[in-house]
Amino acid sequence: MKRIILVFLALVFLASSCTSGLGPGTSPTSPAGGNIVVKGSDTMVNLASAWAEEYEIKHPGVKVSVSGGGSGFGITALIEGTTDICNNSRSWKPEEVENARAKGFEPVSVAVALDGVAVVVNPQNPVNSLTIDQLAAIYTGKIANWREVGGVDSPIVVLSRDNNSGTHIFFKEQVVQAKDKQAEYGPDVMFLPTSQSISDEVARNPYAIAYFGLGYVTREHKVLGIKKDTSSEAVKPDMSTIKDGTYPVARPLYVTTRGEAQGLIKEYIDWILGSDGQKIVSELDFVPHATQK
Amino acid sequence: MRTRKCGKTFLSEGHSPKRRVGEKVIEALIRFSGWITLIVLGLIMILLFREGLPIFGYTDPVSFLFGTTWLPVSSPPVFGILPFVIGSLMITLVALVIAVPIGIGTAAFISEIAPTGLKELLKPIIEILAGFPSIVLGFIGFILLAPLVQSVFHLSTGLNGLTAGIMLSLICLPTIISISEDALSSVPSEYKEASYALGATRWQTIRKVLLPAASPGVVASIMLGMGRAIGETMTVLMISGGRLSIPTNITDPMSALTARIAIEINNASFRGLQFQALFAMGIVLFLITLVVNIVADLVLEKQRRRLRA
Repeated sequence: MKRIILVFLALVFLASSCTSGLGPGTSPTSPAGGNIVVKGSDTMVNLASAWAEEYEIKHPGVKVSVSGGGSGFGITALIEGTTDICNNSRSWKPEEVENARAKGFEPVSVAVALDGVAVVVNPQNPVNSLTIDQLAAIYTGKIANWREVGGVDSPIVVLSRDNNSGTHIFFKEQVVQAKDKQAEYGPDVMFLPTSQSISDEVARNPYAIAYFGLGYVTREHKVLGIKKDTSSEAVKPDMSTIKDGTYPVARPLYVTTRGEAQGLIKEYIDWILGSDGQKIVSELDFVPHATQK
Repeated sequence: MRTRKCGKTFLSEGHSPKRRVGEKVIEALIRFSGWITLIVLGLIMILLFREGLPIFGYTDPVSFLFGTTWLPVSSPPVFGILPFVIGSLMITLVALVIAVPIGIGTAAFISEIAPTGLKELLKPIIEILAGFPSIVLGFIGFILLAPLVQSVFHLSTGLNGLTAGIMLSLICLPTIISISEDALSSVPSEYKEASYALGATRWQTIRKVLLPAASPGVVASIMLGMGRAIGETMTVLMISGGRLSIPTNITDPMSALTARIAIEINNASFRGLQFQALFAMGIVLFLITLVVNIVADLVLEKQRRRLRA
């Protein structure tokens, strides 16, 4: 008899813990509560987490869960239906749009911020700037020694994000393939799994060069000025040069939804585009998007 | 009086009907769990082959296994995995070169030399080492070992096959120690006593009598350690360097099959070419591990038969 009661209580306990957080409007704590799942770009993950935190404070009852994994991961998740919002730091490829249509929806992207991709080296490195051509040559392996670009006589340790990263794809299209559309990353490029490990390695290795979003730059890195060609000025990425387009390696950051955003998700994205959301964008070293509501 | 029959008829005779039903239920449950294990394993194998084999319609098996270019997201995509097979094997080799002598030595120490108190202390400590999460070892390797390797060997970076191999040896070590120690302890004591009776020293006994007698078990432990090393993902992903070209030297940054699958599988479009290629890499890994395990099993069986004789 005692055992039956215990088992019954255990089942009741389990059942009650299963009903929380099932979707918009089902939360017992607030009539306007709900859940939003956000997945995707690692470049955007800190920004997305900051948005989520602030939004949850301003709108109690709404839970926003954010994870990274790369733009590619987020896009796949949106297509497969395992996320509500996808963060992508690159635009969707035609095949990905096709896959989405095959699943019955049109992916709708909204630019929510601008990001400069900083090219960084170790603070001990004497090089201050590079042209886009030199950068492309380094990343395709044509230039392999620092002395060829004005540095010390040492092999260049070339670091990059892996192919699950939107930043990887963006940098390839924007820099590596700037002159030669068929160019690929060189055979000696080291693909590290996270922006954090790239950041750590470039901070401690005097021969390393790397690229990542401006938000990951710390005092332990030296940001290079980038010249469009040998006669231009070297431009360093910051708020103004990204906004006015003088920094050549900049891109919009997007959130994508299945079709036009509606209901809870639309409210969230509108908030991100509003002054609260865009203030957080500046605080995290990204550039607020031009069309603010 | 009960007649002596074997098996369940003996057990169920003379018991109450209620107990007989209970027996049958338990037996059915146990049989069910055994079958479930086999079925799940079989389904995993079927899934692996079903998702991975289609890539050989796009790239033939020879170009896949021996191709040196891996461009999964380019147009057109190219799938050649030789650099990763070589990377996996090189890193595993480093791990074994470090783990085998230390592992067998430790096993001999625990089994033959250590006083009982120390033995009781060492065995749980080795179990704890076995439980270390691989990502923690990867992190330690990245933060502590990589800069050390870089400065000691005057390399341009410490994220390479050598660093990965060293951390991986920590993962192989507990397997090799445990199983070798078991093998050494199960050598019949007559061998040892006979050796001492003939005047051999302890080291001579270990080297010339016990280790050869235990060699099937020791070899099996090495093969199992190797299986673990080949299948290790997180540690290798974080510190092997991620270069896609064929490594020429153990101090080159390189990639392994496991790490490649881990980093790419999440963003490969479902059942697209990249997805299929990654599953095919899984098939290659599965086959390598299968061969290693079968050999280990055969060798262990040989040891059991020899000692029974």
